[in-house]
Amino acid sequence: MKLTPTQYLGSLLLPLVFLSTPTSAQEQVKIGLVAALSGDSALSGESITRGMTVAIDEINAKGGVLGGKKLVLVRRDDESNPAKGQLAARELIEKEKVAVVFGGIDTPVSMSLINVMSELKTPYMGVWAAGTGITNNNKNPNYMFRVSAVDERVDAGMLKYAQDKFKSKRPGSMLVNNPWGDSNMKGLEKAAAALNITLAGQEKYNVNDIDTTAQLTRLKNAGADSIILVGNTGVAAQVMKSMERMNWNVPVVSHWGISGGRFDELAGPRYKDVVFVQTYSFFGKQSPVGDKVIAELKKRYPEIKGVNDIVAPVGTANAYDATMLTALAINKAGSTNGEKIREAYYDLPEYKGLIKTYKKPFSAESQDALTDRDYIWVHFVGNAAVPVN
Amino acid sequence: MISLDVLIAGLATGSIYGLLALGYHITFVVSNTVNFSLGATLMFGAVMFYELHTRLGLDIFIAVPLVLLFSGLLGMIVERFFVRPFCQNNSVSWLLSTIAFGIILENIVRFTFGQEPRSIPMPSISEPIRLFNAGIYPIEFIIPAVGISVALMLWLLSKKTIVGRALLAAAQNRDAAILQGINVKKLIILAYVVSTALAGLAGMLIAPKLNVSAGMGTLIGLKAFAAAIIGGILSAPGCLVAGIGYGVFESIVAAQLPSAFREILGFGLLIIILIFKPNGLFGKKGVYKV
Repeated sequence: MKLTPTQYLGSLLLPLVFLSTPTSAQEQVKIGLVAALSGDSALSGESITRGMTVAIDEINAKGGVLGGKKLVLVRRDDESNPAKGQLAARELIEKEKVAVVFGGIDTPVSMSLINVMSELKTPYMGVWAAGTGITNNNKNPNYMFRVSAVDERVDAGMLKYAQDKFKSKRPGSMLVNNPWGDSNMKGLEKAAAALNITLAGQEKYNVNDIDTTAQLTRLKNAGADSIILVGNTGVAAQVMKSMERMNWNVPVVSHWGISGGRFDELAGPRYKDVVFVQTYSFFGKQSPVGDKVIAELKKRYPEIKGVNDIVAPVGTANAYDATMLTALAINKAGSTNGEKIREAYYDLPEYKGLIKTYKKPFSAESQDALTDRDYIWVHFVGNAAVPVN
Repeated sequence: MISLDVLIAGLATGSIYGLLALGYHITFVVSNTVNFSLGATLMFGAVMFYELHTRLGLDIFIAVPLVLLFSGLLGMIVERFFVRPFCQNNSVSWLLSTIAFGIILENIVRFTFGQEPRSIPMPSISEPIRLFNAGIYPIEFIIPAVGISVALMLWLLSKKTIVGRALLAAAQNRDAAILQGINVKKLIILAYVVSTALAGLAGMLIAPKLNVSAGMGTLIGLKAFAAAIIGGILSAPGCLVAGIGYGVFESIVAAQLPSAFREILGFGLLIIILIFKPNGLFGKKGVYKV
């Protein structure tokens, strides 16, 4: 076949085009984030993004990963919807070729990704959703890792806190009606048995509920002397409004979903009475890593004048440490291969992080880097989550 | 034993369903069409109220009429661009186009207003008062009062005014009404304006209870339509009573059973009622000429 001059030139250039594309792609290593970037918990997605971005820029300033490749963050909004989360994770892995997928605030989304991550052999790093079953999922090999709280441990912590601080003998729970609520229902039953506490009741409420007076009335009639609250900002705010309407002033100990939005604005006057769990606080004396992260956040986001302005701080803190640990795992693996990174997570060098110093944070028996010793109790002062005395 | 708190909460929510159900009723009787974007219009009313009253600081007596005006304008737009073109072609595609308009509106608000819910701080109506050992938000008295007043006004309008009689004439026989010199086209526009203004009003009323967000109207709009069907979409009192009843029923179910049963029993009730009363509880059987 005789080629025209144009075809001849094209045949010479075509291999160059194919060669040049992988080269530029190989200069970077992508990390994906599937999180709520809109809706009630949009602030949680923003806070995770901030923590990851600060960490990624710090890593890149020191030369990146895998001998000079830049880490790049690629985000997708799951809208707190498991189906959208699954689609986003698949797209990030198959099209964007991310090395690891990070997750957001919603346990239902994270739970729905367990099979996806196993199928596509890509590690998942949870930085907020606390559902026990996310990491304890009976998968072998298990691709689900987490730098965050775990429901089962938080449930025990919440009951213990209500018992010790508020002398509560019959706590009642208000749980969001989704897999996260289910995870906590089991956790609370187990913890109540261990602590020899009789629960007054466990009530569910839907994410679209305008009013939860009916469920609260049942708990009140059952003799509840404190409320264990599990839900994200919008709907948990409706619970507080309903308690205010009932003039029912029992103490409220909450999981941390309420810190992912504007709870102080939405929940009415009782927002400041709620005590809730966190894995980190930017208040008080900070480690050198804490000072560095706060300075970076102030530099990047002009609205952050002080630590009061760091919204949804656990998202930022967990995401920062998780990104640092992931960069170490990628370097240890020497590749972006999912299976190799998964194995590298089990063999990380000691790392002095923001939340704590991590020594062998992950093992096949426990894929959660944080324990109940890393939990702190806070309440809202204005919009800031400040440790309780 | 059902507590007063539970009943009042159901009454207030039900009144919102009732107001929206009246909106569905008004357009249906005049034009045989329904604006399925009323839920989104409720959200639009709440968002506009937040912007004008909370963010810009406009007095409530200026903000409320402005919201009613904007919501009414929305009705004109829906009628002109999302209903009329399809009716002229004897198509029922207005059904889909009004749903599409609601989705478009919701997403425009999401982009412009923001992704997160916001609250409207109105201490004078959002702090509960005590009555018979129950806490009641003053707004929960206002919502049913507004609903009943609106239904009464609509009834008076239809019985005592020329416009009302024209509406009734157009509803009964469109062609005969046109022959009588009634401008049916303008009446349909009016019906849409009134229905969306009602939705805007409902949005303002529920905003202090529910907080304001782009997605706040979808489920309410759906339940309000269920109430309109249960009550009989051709009956204004039926729509209001069914709306209030639906809210109270939901509240009682939630008080007695796990909350997941609320939607199951609520929509289950709709199906059962329609089996035995296909035209709704207060509806009349339609007359078909062949």
